[in-house]
Amino acid sequence: MQIRPILAALRRHRLATLLISLEVALACAVLCNACFLVAQRWELIQTRSGVDESSLAMVMVHGFEADQGKDLNARMLAGLRAVPGVQSVNLISQVPFGPQTGAAGISHDQGSFKRKIGVVDFVLAGPGTFQALGLELVAGRLPKVGDYSPATNFAPADAQVLVSRSLAEHAWPGESPLGKEFWCDKLHFRIIGVVDHFARARPRDWGSQAVEWTVFTPTLPGGSLAGTYLLRAKPQDLPRVLRDARNAVAKIAPDVVLDQENSRTLVDLRASYFKADRIMIDLLIGVIATMLCVTALGIVGLASFWVGQRQKQIGVRRALGATRGDILRYFQTENFLIVSFGIALGMVLAFGLNLLLMSHYELPRLPLYYLPVGALALWGLGQLAVLAPALRAAAVPPVVATRSV
Amino acid sequence: MFAYYLDLALRSLRRNPVLTGLMVLAIGLGIGASMTMLTVLHVMAQDPLPQRSAQLYYPHIDPLPKAYPAHNDWGDPSDNFTWPDAMALLERAGRGAAMAGGNVLVWPVDPDQMPFRLQGHYTTAGFFGLFGLSFEQGHGWSPADDEAHARVVVLSHELAHKLFGEADAVGRMVRLDDSEFQVIGVTADWAPQPMFYADASSKGGFGEADRFFLPLSTAVDLDMGVSGNQASWKEGENGKRSPGLTWLQVWVELKDAAQVRAYRQFLVDYSAQQQRLGRFERPAQNARLYSLMGWLQHEELVPGDVRLQLWLALGFLTVCLTNIIALLLAKFLRRSAEVSVRRALGARRRDIFLQFGIESALIGTLGGALGIAIAQAGLWSVRHRPDAYAAVARMDLSMLALTVVLAVLGSVLAGLLPAWRASRVAPALQLKAL
Repeated sequence: MQIRPILAALRRHRLATLLISLEVALACAVLCNACFLVAQRWELIQTRSGVDESSLAMVMVHGFEADQGKDLNARMLAGLRAVPGVQSVNLISQVPFGPQTGAAGISHDQGSFKRKIGVVDFVLAGPGTFQALGLELVAGRLPKVGDYSPATNFAPADAQVLVSRSLAEHAWPGESPLGKEFWCDKLHFRIIGVVDHFARARPRDWGSQAVEWTVFTPTLPGGSLAGTYLLRAKPQDLPRVLRDARNAVAKIAPDVVLDQENSRTLVDLRASYFKADRIMIDLLIGVIATMLCVTALGIVGLASFWVGQRQKQIGVRRALGATRGDILRYFQTENFLIVSFGIALGMVLAFGLNLLLMSHYELPRLPLYYLPVGALALWGLGQLAVLAPALRAAAVPPVVATRSV
Repeated sequence: MFAYYLDLALRSLRRNPVLTGLMVLAIGLGIGASMTMLTVLHVMAQDPLPQRSAQLYYPHIDPLPKAYPAHNDWGDPSDNFTWPDAMALLERAGRGAAMAGGNVLVWPVDPDQMPFRLQGHYTTAGFFGLFGLSFEQGHGWSPADDEAHARVVVLSHELAHKLFGEADAVGRMVRLDDSEFQVIGVTADWAPQPMFYADASSKGGFGEADRFFLPLSTAVDLDMGVSGNQASWKEGENGKRSPGLTWLQVWVELKDAAQVRAYRQFLVDYSAQQQRLGRFERPAQNARLYSLMGWLQHEELVPGDVRLQLWLALGFLTVCLTNIIALLLAKFLRRSAEVSVRRALGARRRDIFLQFGIESALIGTLGGALGIAIAQAGLWSVRHRPDAYAAVARMDLSMLALTVVLAVLGSVLAGLLPAWRASRVAPALQLKAL
């Protein structure tokens, strides 16, 4: 295929060529960045909680005095454990994707924030909660009976805790975190173990680095640890078990109020927590699809116009011996050149747009492999769009050349 | 001439229904997407209290210790006030109110019904006059009630109706958390959006309206739960009245520029005085006075997602408009022969330009109409999002007009280049080829 005659023809239609290239370039820039945003959100939605979500649910009650906590816990644990199908009921202060109850700043030093580590979630948990959650221990040991300490002021004053691996790597890079200490103002903590993954309650509010900055704090029931219960059942039984448990609360403890909104399965809590991101993904995909359609239609429109305009020239070429395939390839090559020109410009634009987004949003740099993938998509789109007009051009009979000259 | 060109344009559009439909669709989609997001942004940046906003101001002083992190993860703790500062600032203002949001358990009169949690505000007597709330029954409380820590409450219309039905609510008792309160007034439903007066660091700018109001001093006495951001840096026995705990919001009314100037000076003087007393550690020049709209800007209530979606929509519109330019160019140049005949018969370049300009505008008008429909559908879907601002996303007349203007302007601009090119066609060459 000779490219020079095509270039010569395009030079005669500089403006239209430029416009379509420009459209392809813009589409390329928006496509790469929008896909990147979709990937970012998708990653967020896939946040690992580190717990057996499909078999867990949370039951939360309000409206009791602090000194009633111990008594309430005893009644609730006994009552909920009696619900048929329940595998275990344990005390916990917060679960991933549920309401956040204990976020606080911690530091390497006592009483000041000079050597700050960051804001972490304290998850207070009673005996057996670790096993019920299904957390995976990667170093150290599980809490023993003596490790559970009472908490009145949101967290125990002096506690043996387990931290997530991500928090350990952040606070003590390259060191073993076991036996290390940290402080939350005057509260003191010592690390006895490390868990593989454990997401905080509101992971997307704290930046991508801090998604798992969680401190698993073994706590004695009562005080700050009351009113929130972790239910475990077989995944297929869970919806029924939770429904029965919710109904049972009115009989077990008629003096408290069930939190209707948050007493749900972890799967539900996750779905509603990430609903906005899911909508954003749908929206972005919708915009990408519509934009590609508009671009394709633009290419179809222009190619059809050129085919119509060049009827006579096509007829002459056919009369001089060009095959249908030659004509088809001519238009395909022409489209390839125009789109290539657009893509070249589009890569620069995509990169610029990414820089612009980075300066306004917490967004990493666009990975380079997005550019060739975007280019391939647009080449494919261009070839697909030009196919119909090109086939029509190929169908022009040589006899046209002889007409009305 | 205009009518004639319009007729020509209509004929031309009808000749190529597919191409016409394509262009209208492209403009409609681009405009529809952009207008959806512009409307969301517009309602988020609107004045929540148009009659009174010009005279409402939010003071800002900085009582935090030097070492305290200025902007923690919940927002700026110095955006809120300590009890002693709030009271000192109110004393100096003609009309003003201190307040904090609260979430309480409301016990229905009917003992068989379950209690429920509702959002309201603890505030001082000036609140109702300051923001211009109107009462359906009864009245607000007096400064004397504030002093006396009276157990009184003002309900919103909705809550009063929910608790007492059609019956008169004033004088009745209602149990909130663990205490009984006497209802002394019922306000008409009042829900300014954004909820500018709520604790902004908790980012609750758009959401459920307040259902009750009760005296701040009473809430402090009963140690009722506060829903906003609280930052403390000093151990104190005073609880919520501690000089080392910021948790209150303060709004004041200032009637003219002179009062504003005087109050601003007072804030600096007050800060300097507190600094001399050794309480404030940061420079007195940190004291500020925000107008209502300035305060909303300072709090940056518009979420990043919304701005991102707007950029996306505008990018999409640009792609659509580029597409229109290319298509119009192709379309107009295809009619070179027709243009040449008209030119040979005496039409000036200007006439050709005008003819094609009108055709572009017509496409724009059709696209604008489609855009309005698409934007309405878009806003409908926005209202079904879980975000707090979703419910307020509605198009008003000015945005409706803007949609049409934007569509016509966009398509006329897009048509400029093709129309100009068409008017430059050399008639002789084309006529020879006919």
